Amino acid sequence: MTTTSAPTTPAPEVTKATSPLTRFRVPGGFALGAVLLLGIAPLALTDFRLALLAKYLCWAMVAVGVSLAWGRGGLLVLGQGVFFGLGGYAMAMHLKLADAADTGIPGALPDFMQLYGTGEALPWWWKPFGNPAFALAATVLLPMAVAAVLGFFVFRRRVRGAYFAILSQALAAALAIWLVGQQATTGGTNGLTDFQGFFGYDLDDPANQRTVYFVIAVSLLLLMAAARQLFVSRYGELLIAVRDSEERVRFLGYDPANVKLVAYVVAAGMAGLAGALFVPAVGIISPALIGVVPSIGFVIGAAVGGRASLVGAVLGAIAVAWAQSTLSDAFPGAWTYLQGLLFVVAVGFLPGGLASLGAVIRRNRIRTRSGEAA
Amino acid sequence: MTVILNQSFTGISIGAVLLLIALGLTLTFGQMGVINMAHGEFIMAGAYTTYVLQKAISGAGVSLLVALPVAFLVAGAMGALLEWLLIRRLYTRPLDTLLVTWGVSLMLQQLARDIFGAPNVQTRAPDILTGNIAVAEGISLANSRLFILGLALLSVLALTLVLRFTPLGRRIRAVVQNRDLAEVSGIATGRVDRMTFFIGSGLAGVAGVAITLVGPIGPTTGTNYIVDAFLVVVVGGIGQLKGSVITAFVLGVLQSVLEYSTTVSVAKVIVLVAIVAFLQWRPQGLYTLRTRSLA
Amino acid sequence: MSGLSITRRGLLTAASAVGASAALSACGAKTGSGTSSDAAGATADTSGSTVKIGLLNSLSGTMAISEVTVHNALLLAVKEINAAGGVLGKKLKAVSQDGASDWPTFAEKAESLIKEDKVAATFGCWTSASRKAVKPVFEKYKSPLFYPVQYEGLEQSPYIFYIGATTNQQIVPALDYLKKQGLTRLYLVGSDYVFPRTANKIIKAYAKANGMTVVGEDYAPLGSTEFSTIVNEVKGSGADAVFNTLNGDSNVAFFKEYKSAGLTAKSMPVLSVSIAEEEVASIGTQYLEDQLTAWNYYETTPGAANEKFVKAYQAEYGAKKPTSDPMEAAYISVYLWKAMVEKAGSFDVAKVKAAADGITFDAPEGKVTVDGATQHVYKTARIGKIGSDGLITEVWNSGKPVKPDPYLKGYDWASGLS
Repeated sequence: MTTTSAPTTPAPEVTKATSPLTRFRVPGGFALGAVLLLGIAPLALTDFRLALLAKYLCWAMVAVGVSLAWGRGGLLVLGQGVFFGLGGYAMAMHLKLADAADTGIPGALPDFMQLYGTGEALPWWWKPFGNPAFALAATVLLPMAVAAVLGFFVFRRRVRGAYFAILSQALAAALAIWLVGQQATTGGTNGLTDFQGFFGYDLDDPANQRTVYFVIAVSLLLLMAAARQLFVSRYGELLIAVRDSEERVRFLGYDPANVKLVAYVVAAGMAGLAGALFVPAVGIISPALIGVVPSIGFVIGAAVGGRASLVGAVLGAIAVAWAQSTLSDAFPGAWTYLQGLLFVVAVGFLPGGLASLGAVIRRNRIRTRSGEAA
Repeated sequence: MTVILNQSFTGISIGAVLLLIALGLTLTFGQMGVINMAHGEFIMAGAYTTYVLQKAISGAGVSLLVALPVAFLVAGAMGALLEWLLIRRLYTRPLDTLLVTWGVSLMLQQLARDIFGAPNVQTRAPDILTGNIAVAEGISLANSRLFILGLALLSVLALTLVLRFTPLGRRIRAVVQNRDLAEVSGIATGRVDRMTFFIGSGLAGVAGVAITLVGPIGPTTGTNYIVDAFLVVVVGGIGQLKGSVITAFVLGVLQSVLEYSTTVSVAKVIVLVAIVAFLQWRPQGLYTLRTRSLA
Repeated sequence: MSGLSITRRGLLTAASAVGASAALSACGAKTGSGTSSDAAGATADTSGSTVKIGLLNSLSGTMAISEVTVHNALLLAVKEINAAGGVLGKKLKAVSQDGASDWPTFAEKAESLIKEDKVAATFGCWTSASRKAVKPVFEKYKSPLFYPVQYEGLEQSPYIFYIGATTNQQIVPALDYLKKQGLTRLYLVGSDYVFPRTANKIIKAYAKANGMTVVGEDYAPLGSTEFSTIVNEVKGSGADAVFNTLNGDSNVAFFKEYKSAGLTAKSMPVLSVSIAEEEVASIGTQYLEDQLTAWNYYETTPGAANEKFVKAYQAEYGAKKPTSDPMEAAYISVYLWKAMVEKAGSFDVAKVKAAADGITFDAPEGKVTVDGATQHVYKTARIGKIGSDGLITEVWNSGKPVKPDPYLKGYDWASGLS
């Protein structure tokens, strides 16, 4: 057997919800999330904290995709940095071109190209990104297209889970090294930074920064709604079936490759969108966000919070990002230990993540009560 | 001509380093299917062992030779401990093993930082290993590289002999090929697993000693090598030593030729992309071990 | 399928939220409208008896090796200044933030220092990438950053003070030195990032105008530890000297390979611009003896100010701890800021900036003067030789502090560069 599911993964809220309490849990939770993100957070937080939250929500958007592909599909997506980066660079390239156009000098190059470039014309592959519609579409479609091509071969060839994970890492490393090497056209290690405007709005204006936050928060809620829709659909059940027993699904006449491909491509698109929105929120995209380590970082949150639970993955991503930025100042060394330990404990002993803690405790209590030794 | 000869030796010496760092993985990943991301930190442990021994024993040459078996034991013990504490609980979940051991690797790096400090430490190479042998006009072979090549080949030989001809080797192969059958035949598979892990991790320690001759010794030493090491085993194919050996040298030569004709960055990217493409074509790698248990 | 209807309702909520956020955003300023000046609402809080300053260094991650030493030097300066009565009668309170070797994190922490801690000034950053990442933040909030590391020039932010050397205070003098030694055929080896690429562009322009030849140029990815091919090419190139702009771990692998190939400081010297005392200790003098470096300060630089600095640093952090150029620059950056504030008589950023020109300080590296026009510092260039004891001794210096020229405007050969 080569499937990789964790047998202890708690059964996620299954489709057939009967009691009225369960029936309203999901819309209630969704509404609560919306109120928190769109109502309370903007009022309660300073501009700075809100900008930080916007950044964390970008990680959370990636985690939604991870939850789908990994939690439900059993695909350990260790190359999400690639898709995050493609989305981010697509957006950043457009913003850079728009800034250059705003200078009013015809044919002006983005600032970093004037510094490091050959001083010649814009490279051909930059040109289409000057068009806002193309750039926006590319932020999502480009990662999806890359994922589709890669996934098509990988899943058809029945590349096993471990191989797929290592292959993803190799790809992430390759993209990061390539971006660094092409300094004249990609900004190298510096990445792309120093954006003035966002589709005509001045990014220095706090009001516009707030708008960016709202766009991100709403996007996250929409992605969660869409993922939830996928989870409870017939496709979602099929995906879990593929995760738990690929062979059996194949015998039933489905093609597991296609099922996996959809999850992989959708997750890539979500990472791309997150990367695109990360750019105006944080003001930088660089190869440092793409390589092997950040790519693993993208799954940490989901693993800690609970990969199979959508809310768990999202909250996990936000919590880990928050802890990273708060604790690493005060205790840089201790934080590294804690980070490692979180990983070991969450993945090794609590595969359902913190979201399954309640269920695990309940199960243990029942077990103790009925006299079964653990 | 000199360029070609020099570059081919360079390629072989890059391959030797790759082989040495990947050799342990051919056991733990190749034979047991465990993705141990902390393997790089076992390499680091081997490197630090050399450093510590050198502080204790004065002669650079003696300490290097003593470091080889000691590093094997140190890294091996760390590996066996890791197997006993965590990995044996996760044999049914290889992907989770990857993430768990990555967490372990983070902690080990920080541990190294706390013990030895964040900056790299230095070791003194014995004088005989810092020179080179002039083979012909313009062609010289670096002694350190020859040493690594010799060490790599010796390790491969030793590992092959152990796997082929010792009772332990037979047991390891039996467990890999059919765990259930091995178990009902009276083999203590748990102990064999630990022993396999001990040897695999120990080989990482040996690699660590060797890389003190060519690279930096610091808390992040392991991360420099881990992805490359996995790629060698993945491309070589599961369960087959010869696959990894061939792959290491092919990748080494490929890397060195590409580095020469393009730039190091471009060479690295081309090699990585070529590997990704190769695996799409042959996902099982160069060689595979056909067994029932890997169905 | 109850799930479906649930999600529909969710979508409705979300859609209405989109509308609400669109309404909220209606007041945002358009680009170029010039109405966004209110963004700079963050002013330093200098009302209390203490004044906060920000220290922004990587305390974790790959850059921590270098940046922790800079952080230590900054803390030392703060401690000394406080012991001597502070600045304008107020004690300094250093707020440390960890950039974690990650550029977006640097930007985030810079904003945190300015907006949350309301610091009067920030000191730190090491890599060009981290500086480029925080530059928009400091410009947006009109808060000053003191940057302590030698860098690639071609930059002049109104809110950054560049306390390390720009190219004409390090690279150009190094080339002058090589030329004087008759080492005219150069091989350029560097890490693949902004500083080496820009530095090599300058070197090539210089070589062209000065009858020198660049016989080869190679870049290794950051953190790369496999240098056999590059060293092979260097060896076969027939170069007189290597100009080395490698960074961090790569230097260790490069020099080990270099020695293995039989190349020595005698047969083909390597002039490095990123190897200071700290790095020498981790590479090993076995591999580095007699090789050259270019900086503005060495632990061995003579003078009472340096003796005092080295003594104070080692008393604080350990008798064997070396001091290096970036540490010294960090150390003096706090003193220079103090002098600016005292001359201005105020912590107000505009007044401090206006007071900057002509500020001098008797630094461990010798006398330094702030150039108000470029916000760089006049510094003496020094070429050093690495000794078997791990210390670097000066073999040549520029005689007097060199006027900073970040865009190399004063050099004819550099006219086509930027």
